Amino acid sequence: MDFHNQTITPDRFRVVGKNLKEMESISRPSITFWKEAWLRIRSNKAAFAGLVILIVYVLLAIFAPLLSKYSFDQQDAYAMRQSFSAEHWFGTDTLGRDLWVRVWVGARVSLSIGFIAALINSVIGTIIGGFSGYYGGKLDMILMRIIDIIYGIPSLIINILVMVVLGTGIQSLIIAMVITGWAGACRFTRGEVYRLKEQEFVLAARVLGQSTFMIIVREIIPNIMGLLITNLTMAIPSAIFREAFLSYIGLGISPPDASWGVLAKEGTALMQVAPHLLYIPAFFIGTTVLAFNQLGNGLRDAFDPRLRGTD
Amino acid sequence: MVKYITKRIGISILTVLVLVTVVFILVRLMPGDPFNDPKMTPTVRANLNAYYGLDKPVIQQYATYLGNLLRGNFGYSMIYPNQTVNNLLASSFPYSLDLGIRALVLSLSLGLVFGIISALNRGNKIDLFFVIVAVIGTSVPDFIMGAILQYFFAVKWGLLPIAQYYGFAHTILPSIALGFYTMASISRIMRASMLEVVQQDYIKTARSKGLSNFRITWKHQIRNAILPVVTVLGPTVAAVLTGTFVIESIFAIPGMGKYYVESVQNYDYSMILGTTVFYGTFLVLANMVVDIFYGIVDPRIRIAGK
Repeated sequence: MDFHNQTITPDRFRVVGKNLKEMESISRPSITFWKEAWLRIRSNKAAFAGLVILIVYVLLAIFAPLLSKYSFDQQDAYAMRQSFSAEHWFGTDTLGRDLWVRVWVGARVSLSIGFIAALINSVIGTIIGGFSGYYGGKLDMILMRIIDIIYGIPSLIINILVMVVLGTGIQSLIIAMVITGWAGACRFTRGEVYRLKEQEFVLAARVLGQSTFMIIVREIIPNIMGLLITNLTMAIPSAIFREAFLSYIGLGISPPDASWGVLAKEGTALMQVAPHLLYIPAFFIGTTVLAFNQLGNGLRDAFDPRLRGTD
Repeated sequence: MVKYITKRIGISILTVLVLVTVVFILVRLMPGDPFNDPKMTPTVRANLNAYYGLDKPVIQQYATYLGNLLRGNFGYSMIYPNQTVNNLLASSFPYSLDLGIRALVLSLSLGLVFGIISALNRGNKIDLFFVIVAVIGTSVPDFIMGAILQYFFAVKWGLLPIAQYYGFAHTILPSIALGFYTMASISRIMRASMLEVVQQDYIKTARSKGLSNFRITWKHQIRNAILPVVTVLGPTVAAVLTGTFVIESIFAIPGMGKYYVESVQNYDYSMILGTTVFYGTFLVLANMVVDIFYGIVDPRIRIAGK
């Protein structure tokens, strides 16, 4: 049929009238910000897979050592450097310790260090950055110079020295990472607060007599919560890497305690005789970091208001 | 621009000063001291302490150290007899620097090229390949990458030397191991940046002017997309250069990493201070140069700082 030559005649139109009720009705169910973010995460395959992997790892880290008949430091001279078997699912290490149990005990250490260090960094950074950005002026300038200096100092060197001073262990690791790590979160929050503090809703809160502390906590922080969570997710992998690195050079967690860094260190030494001792911890470090990164990417998209309703 | 550079130099000097102070305090807080041989008589120990000035008040030691530092003198090692820290640094730092520069050049050039190829082939198999390489690269710590490369290329297939640092062949594996993570993250940043730039209006303008695809990609897209990569250069340089410590130990390269770890274990005060301050200062300077370079590249800073 040739549409171009059709003439448009009035009889092809119909008056439908005005239905005020229908015009004002809400066509989609109202969804909160958090619910929408969840829906978007769920539809993002890579991010959702990351989330599932992390949940599985956390559950295994909690329960696998409890359910196994071996303990993480139980040696067995008759079962050294074995490969995979029904007895030892991931084989055994050079002292005959069960690798399956050691991997999940190590996961407890690596995951909790990663999470706790990143969380403390974010909390300290958010509080300091929030006030610095909100008040501005001299305080802000001094803080920003301090952060420039902390940024300039190679954090790894400080981490190493702090570990020597404090001795090995989980607490020392977390302290060492927090000393240098809060500056990043601080700089980020400060920038966001700077951007938000001139907006109308903050002005409204101030006019209504809200205290500064409450304005930061109740008005500004909820607005940047999504970005903060995204940054937290992205900060965990670097904390896990840092733990692995410090344990590798002998300053993080020391054997017989296990962490993924300790296992990787033990594995590299025995790579030629029992490669699985390296591949298994490497696999878990790799997949965990990958999962956090994918989840972080997904969260960034999910919390981005510019992308709202595009899919 | 001058103001921007002066400010940047001022911050760098302050950073170095803070670094020296923090490291000095941390070293003195370490449990144990360099002369802890149980066979040593108290007199010998006291003499050694006096020789190295460790019997003086800490503040005075600090002042002396700063004074010597200004003249570029790092003092004597407390463990290696009659060796100055300057000598030890001069013999080992070139290896670390060489490895670091190789890794940086490798990771920057390949990272940019991979990112660009990936973005230009968005969605097809070539893109998928580079994305997977990048994902693996950013998920594996460099010491594990080093061990795996060493196992396959040197031990199993015998293609390249296992360790040491004599000629070009020896440098290949350590450089790849050290640079892989950075290469992967740069290719990711470059890919994302390329895809962001391609949606900008000036690309549409260029296209509507009838410019060739090559010209658009080369002159408009890549040039603008490279800025985010320049912003991460500072931290990247620091990460690659500090990463040499572990890679050196895996490939038995006689660089600074060995002395650093040894001095930490032996409580060799002057050596710990020397290596840390030297290395830290080097990184601070590298960072400063990158920042100033960034100021020159980015017209927004160039104009705002006038």
